[in-house]
Amino acid sequence: MSDAPALIGSSGDSLREAFGKALVGLADEFPKMVVLDADVAGGTGVHHWRKAHPERLIQFGIAEQNMMAAAGGLAAVGMLPVVTGFACFLERAYEQARLSIGYAKRNAKIVASHPGLDVGPDGGSAQALEDIAAFRAIPGMTVISPADPIETAQATRAILEFEGPVYMRTGRSPAKRLFGDDHVFEIGKGQIIRHGIDVTLVACGVEVARALEAAELLAEDDINARVVNMPTIKPIDSDLLRRCAEETGCMVTAEDHNIFGGLGSAVAEAVTQNLPCPIEFVGLRDCFGTSGEPDELAEHFQITAPFIAAAARRAIARKEGLS
Amino acid sequence: MSTATSLRDDAASPDLETQIAEAALFTRRHTIASIYRATSGHPGGALSCADILACLYGAEMNAWPATINDPGRDRFVLSKGHACPTLYAIGAWHGFCDKTDALTLRRLGSRFQGHPHVRDLPWVETSTGSLGQGFSVAVGMALGLKMQKLKPRVYTLLGDGEMQEGEVWEAAMCAAHHKLDNLCAIIDYNKMQSDALNEDICGIAPLADKWRAFGWTVFEIDGHNIPEILSTLHLAASTRERPSVLVAHTLKGKGVPYMEGSPAWHGSVKLSREQAETALAALGAEQDEIKELLDV
Repeated sequence: MSDAPALIGSSGDSLREAFGKALVGLADEFPKMVVLDADVAGGTGVHHWRKAHPERLIQFGIAEQNMMAAAGGLAAVGMLPVVTGFACFLERAYEQARLSIGYAKRNAKIVASHPGLDVGPDGGSAQALEDIAAFRAIPGMTVISPADPIETAQATRAILEFEGPVYMRTGRSPAKRLFGDDHVFEIGKGQIIRHGIDVTLVACGVEVARALEAAELLAEDDINARVVNMPTIKPIDSDLLRRCAEETGCMVTAEDHNIFGGLGSAVAEAVTQNLPCPIEFVGLRDCFGTSGEPDELAEHFQITAPFIAAAARRAIARKEGLS
Repeated sequence: MSTATSLRDDAASPDLETQIAEAALFTRRHTIASIYRATSGHPGGALSCADILACLYGAEMNAWPATINDPGRDRFVLSKGHACPTLYAIGAWHGFCDKTDALTLRRLGSRFQGHPHVRDLPWVETSTGSLGQGFSVAVGMALGLKMQKLKPRVYTLLGDGEMQEGEVWEAAMCAAHHKLDNLCAIIDYNKMQSDALNEDICGIAPLADKWRAFGWTVFEIDGHNIPEILSTLHLAASTRERPSVLVAHTLKGKGVPYMEGSPAWHGSVKLSREQAETALAALGAEQDEIKELLDV
């Protein structure tokens, strides 16, 4: 065994690991749950499940389209399928998710690891920066992107308890712990995790930690930023966004995703229908990724805390220009 | 399957074969009428699979209107979803839906959409219309039933053009790997697809050899010979450790001479009044039946 290569990132405090471990803990509670894998269990956290419940892991091989549609069939006969894979390859099975899960309204869960720039050195081909937009556009599909391991574990339980199709992002890199055990994840609800009145920073996934850092940077200049963790992108928490628009008058959205169609778009759709206010968007500006370490890439594509803080200043300036 | 066993034992009974032939004839007439009324649809591949569906619903499957919520029922998935007029018609014949309702094919407000939708009609088992997917769904059903140690069989009908979808071969490999002997695929091998002959678009031959190479038990049959379809389905049900496939040689447009063997009638096509009447007459319908099917 000592000659075995170390699998990069298969241990540690990543969202995928939190997901894999949470699944194991939920096995008895959800006896119909089966986990579907396309030969990437070692990378999605599903290796924990494979070890604990090999008889409840269905191996599809490198054939995501068949896996996704078969999940529809499994759900149709009363199983609770959890489709797992890398985000970019699950996009390959988008049409299967649309027809055999979404349109057929199957109680199937799709959980994607390796979303966004988080994939790092594997490069642009592997970086799914459009998955939220794509899955959000499927009628009835709930879309979730948790921010830390605790929230991921809670979201894993929540999506299994929830009746209906869900797409959830996890993550590859070690993640910062943002929440304690008292954290409460609820599908469709965002939370104010830092109070402030000058601007609201709305973020999901890895960008929540960066938004908190940005708030610290802004505080140095006496700008009091509110930070909202928005783990459910669909259905978006319109009530909370309305309140934030009312109380802070401007917003910034931050996501590890194209600025078209993801969290920023979902926030803008809700805010413009309720109480319009200036919004700045932090995310990939309609481009593909490239190779590099995740933190380097975040810097390169301008989604780190200083860029969120700069966007906040622009949003505040626009708000003040309006008043 | 358990209660269907007695029917299978009767498989050679001339009475049963006559009933199935009658059901197949009904589905062909109903298909022509529904497509005429819809002013669009896919008659060629619907007519070619009528005998197969009549055998499945008339004898092979343990699936009845009363068992639609029974986890123990056999499942049928129409992977070639565009042939749904035949599915709707055989469903109507066996009481899964109303015969007149099923004539509202493809219209706004109708549950009988241009491709089957399980949320409109639960008895169609899943939504299809994108080739390859129904087959994968059937594989998922077979896997799920086996995991739950449930006995039903899963049947699925694929088109020959559908063989060109990569997903079909993903699913074929998967079903063999997982030894899904509760799965039976049937290929409506009418040799034609939307635009032309399979062999002119992207050849699929040798089809039976491909399935053998993928680890399936393969039967080649005449897809219009009712006793042969019945006995082969019966034989396929006794296959162990491997999924089975019936490569059913069929004639596109079967039963309507001017459509037979012509890819032009794949669809989506509009039938004129004269074409519909000629087709129904060829299918043995009397004048009053024709009027009822097309007008009432």
